[in-house]
Amino acid sequence: MNNQTLKDLYWLVKREFWEHRGGFFWAPVITGGIFLLLNIMGIITAEVLGARNGINFGASGGLQHVIADMDAGDLSQVGFALDIAMYSAMGLLVVVLGFVVFFYCLGALYDDRRDRSILFWKSLPVSDTSTVLSKVISATVLAPVIAVVVGIIVGMLQLLILAVTLSFHGVNVWQLLLLAHPFRVMFNLIGYIPLYALWAAPAVGWLLICSAWSRSKPFLWAVALPVGVGLLVTWFGIMGLFNLPTAWFWKNIVQRALLSVFPGTGSMFGDSMIHISGNTGTDVLDLAQTWHLAASPSLWIGVVAGVALLAGAIWFRRWRDDA
Amino acid sequence: MSAVITASRLGKRYKSSVALDDVSFQIEPGRIVGLIGPNGAGKTTALKAILGLTDFTGELNVLGYDPRKQRDKLMGDVCFIADVAVLPRWIKVSQAVDFVANVHPRFNRKKCEAFLARTKLQPNQRVRQMSKGMIVQLHLALVMAIDARLLILDEPTLGLDILYRKQFYQNLLEDYFDENKTIIVTTHQVEEVEHILTDLMFIRDGRIVLDADMDAVGERFIEVMVNADQADAARALKPIDERQVFGKSIFLFDGASRATLEPLGETRRPSVSDLFVATMKGTYA
Repeated sequence: MNNQTLKDLYWLVKREFWEHRGGFFWAPVITGGIFLLLNIMGIITAEVLGARNGINFGASGGLQHVIADMDAGDLSQVGFALDIAMYSAMGLLVVVLGFVVFFYCLGALYDDRRDRSILFWKSLPVSDTSTVLSKVISATVLAPVIAVVVGIIVGMLQLLILAVTLSFHGVNVWQLLLLAHPFRVMFNLIGYIPLYALWAAPAVGWLLICSAWSRSKPFLWAVALPVGVGLLVTWFGIMGLFNLPTAWFWKNIVQRALLSVFPGTGSMFGDSMIHISGNTGTDVLDLAQTWHLAASPSLWIGVVAGVALLAGAIWFRRWRDDA
Repeated sequence: MSAVITASRLGKRYKSSVALDDVSFQIEPGRIVGLIGPNGAGKTTALKAILGLTDFTGELNVLGYDPRKQRDKLMGDVCFIADVAVLPRWIKVSQAVDFVANVHPRFNRKKCEAFLARTKLQPNQRVRQMSKGMIVQLHLALVMAIDARLLILDEPTLGLDILYRKQFYQNLLEDYFDENKTIIVTTHQVEEVEHILTDLMFIRDGRIVLDADMDAVGERFIEVMVNADQADAARALKPIDERQVFGKSIFLFDGASRATLEPLGETRRPSVSDLFVATMKGTYA
């Protein structure tokens, strides 16, 4: 890697951002905006309904007393509840991010072949490897980073809205906010990005190779191929030959090839994961928990498969000749 | 100086057809070569091979590189304008300039901005808002600001009106071309390029049927305008083409001596398009 290659990569990623500003930037921003709007509307509705029915929490400082009467354990529960409120904004963004990355990858090496602008990109002294890598970086770093930053801002606003609402009911806002752990939440979310990138590797690789290879309808190929094979495997019970249940194929091949771009699927389906302790006070996205996934063979086999698929995508990018 | 392009036994076969049938040719620096042929003759395949966009058989050396293995390096010295529709539709003028300026080591931003200043293009304008002529202006401004050694134009003026077409070639000649550069151009609008070409290459069914510089073409091919009474005498000399204009016959001869033709009527150098039509007779039959 010399300086020009790095510079090329930087500008290629910037190029991706220019082209996909809608998906990478506006989609999370608008989703976050809608999320906040719905929350505000919800709170207003609750307030109005509450006022109409003569229920007014804490007007007499009752709620404040409730908090004052809590012991340390209860207080930490409140803190975690607030953290969940912050994560909840991310929950919606994560789904949007999954869709954005999925369709971005499918189009990344196909759209410019379809509109023939590949002839322009290929007339520049940029290697096909750099081009494909820039798309991988955009999908697994740029898009999630933007989503997380937006998620953190939305989460903070959400926390603030909650606090302000409660303050109308006589609760001390600052005391409440001190119970939450916004920086830990931030840290956990940012720390999850590399895990996401690794977990998404096989899906990104598969979608990009379909995108580089198919002459038309990359979506159909990308989805129909694994699902079709999955159906055949199910129908003929092929997995029985390996003493594995049919579900193994769906979980480890179809799911990894298509759904790994959705953040959190790793933590849900990753093998050695999920010993959520009975202690609900535990932070759900604590990095010590989420990074358990890094010990799962499924993650690393997926990374290897992803790299192989990407090598294939680079090869097709180089030689696919139909513009 | 060594050749810019050396091809020997360059071949490309598709499933059902032969696009390039083991052709060999050489292109010297400082030339403007017209690569002319009917649709499907293999022009674009030849250009794609030179640009490293397609695989092929045989040997091909472009500026010392093998386009199959070193496309990205080669593109530092080669520029390429395919027909007008290849600039990405979402890109803005300023983004295109920024991007090329940063990935292309031989790009001169000042030069590009100077070219753009002579057009109506605005920095914030996107390609999708431009007319075909404006897109080509943008592409040309980008390409002319690159100090490349080889420029390849594949139907660069397709679908443009005559003002843009004239301006395109004029800019190219006045502001770009010099003895260190080489241009290869394919086009169907032969009349517009014939006065700028230094070399002519006809390609038909994957084979090169004519490869000569324009002076040699002028000596080899002679057109004679013959009165009806002399027509049989002219036919006896085996012309490669005959057509009728205002009661006179125009014969086209390949390699006949000027001295034998002059008594028959007025001789002149044939236009490239007449030569092309005569050479390609029967292509679509």
